[in-house]
Amino acid sequence: MADFRQLFQYILSGLSNGAIYALIGFGFAVIYNATGIINFAQGEFVMLGGMLTVFFLTVLQMPLAPAILLAIAVSTAAGVTFERLAIRPLRNAEPLRLIIITIGASIFIRGVAMLLWGKDTHALPAFSGQEPLAVAGATILPQHLWIFGVTILIILASRLFFNHTIMGKAMRACSYNPQAAGLVGISVKNMVMLSFMVSAAIGSLAGIIIAPLTMTSYDVGIMLGLKGFCAVIIGGMSSGLGTVMGGLLLGLLESLGAGFISASYKDAIAFIILLLILFIRPEGLFARKESERF
Amino acid sequence: MSKNIFRSVFILLFSLWAAGAVWAAPVVKIGALFSVTGPASFLGEPERNTAVMMVDEINKAGGIKGRKLELVVYDTQGDATKAVQAVNKLIKDDKVVAIIGPSTTGDSMAVIPVVEKAEIPLISCAAGIKITDPVKKWVFKTAQNDSLAVMKIYKHLQQQKISKVAILTVSDGFGSSGREQLKLLAKEFDIQVISDETYGPKDTDMTVQLTKIRNSEAQAIICWGTNPGPAIVARNAKQLGIKLPLYMSHGVSSKKFIELAGEGAEGIILPSGRVIVADQLPKNDPQKKALMDYVKKYQALYKVEGDHFGGHAYDAVMLLKKAMEQGGFTPAGIRDNLEKIKKFAGIGGTFSFSPEDHAGLTSDAFVLVKVEKGDWKLIK
Repeated sequence: MADFRQLFQYILSGLSNGAIYALIGFGFAVIYNATGIINFAQGEFVMLGGMLTVFFLTVLQMPLAPAILLAIAVSTAAGVTFERLAIRPLRNAEPLRLIIITIGASIFIRGVAMLLWGKDTHALPAFSGQEPLAVAGATILPQHLWIFGVTILIILASRLFFNHTIMGKAMRACSYNPQAAGLVGISVKNMVMLSFMVSAAIGSLAGIIIAPLTMTSYDVGIMLGLKGFCAVIIGGMSSGLGTVMGGLLLGLLESLGAGFISASYKDAIAFIILLLILFIRPEGLFARKESERF
Repeated sequence: MSKNIFRSVFILLFSLWAAGAVWAAPVVKIGALFSVTGPASFLGEPERNTAVMMVDEINKAGGIKGRKLELVVYDTQGDATKAVQAVNKLIKDDKVVAIIGPSTTGDSMAVIPVVEKAEIPLISCAAGIKITDPVKKWVFKTAQNDSLAVMKIYKHLQQQKISKVAILTVSDGFGSSGREQLKLLAKEFDIQVISDETYGPKDTDMTVQLTKIRNSEAQAIICWGTNPGPAIVARNAKQLGIKLPLYMSHGVSSKKFIELAGEGAEGIILPSGRVIVADQLPKNDPQKKALMDYVKKYQALYKVEGDHFGGHAYDAVMLLKKAMEQGGFTPAGIRDNLEKIKKFAGIGGTFSFSPEDHAGLTSDAFVLVKVEKGDWKLIK
């Protein structure tokens, strides 16, 4: 019984971390699908969401809900600015160069955040209490339910958006063939900008809802961004649900590995999986069709 | 012609006299190396602030024996290479008579060969035991050894009749040193380490390690790390409903920890320097005066609470002052008199140096504190 309880706690911990990875990975997929770029500054949007909320909450003394909305708005604006200043001027550069630019941008954003807000770690208050909930002998926090809820909501919303709205379909068209999309009257430039907007918004939202659990500081983006990247690679860049499955799988393997082998190998497990997938099945475990990789 | 010679001699004499007037009370240059930026900035920043504050204060009070001090601070960024460059600069260009810092054990070990060769006294603010063990002629330190903190926890466990513990340490320099000492000293106190878990410095969830510990026979958990890891451990332990007593290291003895861990911090016990419970100390505590003095001044000047780490720099400056008062301003004089200092009540503890001991503290340097209602409570 004790063993079952232990196993169940591992699974639950793994799933809750996996949902976080999935949510962050989602932002990668949105930009990749519209532009073919892997945006390594995605982790910094996650950081911006958390840190901005802390800033609005503690320095400007705003209530939680407006602080969150404003933080998402500012991060989204940061995403758009980033696209306008760093990506659009080099529109015709090959993806690899743009990817390197995103790495540079991530270092820049992190540096600015450090100068503005210092190097301290901050915690956000939990959205609905700290009392742990018992599930079959294992426990999770109400905040985990928020994470699961928001993840599900975002999958549904993105499904609707990409499959059932003109704008979503236009964005997908741009990723398949930007030239043809341009010919039928889709403004590719706007779609690229839109993808940065959406992914900055999702990233910052992820950063906000996980901050009460994981805390936030100017440099949380590095590790969380990499884990999100692993999730999206496992899931196969192109599919929405695949990314979620990828994230959950990653979280599960990490926590089971830490539980039954050793916690020292937790990060190693994530990156070994990443390498294996890239070697053996570069299109991802859950992608239905071949997608192009750089 | 003779007129010209006369004139130039006059000018020469005059310039010597003028320079002499400036030299009448030349300043005494002290060097400082702190990791003000970089990963160990949580040490270096309060240390720098404290050292600057203390030197200003000594100067305002007229200096030492009528001579003013000048503090030359360089930032090592927690990088051993930069620390070595900076220490060379301090010795060769700035010609300092003594050096305070560095903040980390790695930086300290890197600069030790340089100061030993140049014969300049160094008072390190780092905790690593190897800095002063074996004793090096020119090297002293003010930060308490990790082993003293471990002993303090183990003594308390012994009193509670707890003999089986689980340790959960962070996989960086601080955590590995703690892990080593925890395992090394366990036998002396009849304690068994039955579960040995680690976590990464950037990890955001430790429920797996804690679940494992919960299923072992451990009677207490000792976590060794610096923020934010231990705060996450505290929150996770509360989430999992773990009722075992939870001990932390002195690495989290600042208010920030309570703020981050929230309700999870309640009941946690940790060894700490006396600075965070200065006002709760009994009146006859020899350190009380220095502590209250430091806390008050730091708060007034920097508007934040003075912490444990800044205290290491306070002690270093005050020890230097004492050595200079007694032995003058030459590097050798300062060194010899540092070694003679006995029962000096500072922030980190009561220092008694000797030719065999350049760390100068015993496990009395730590007190145990417990978190109660979001504040530190001294365990008597």
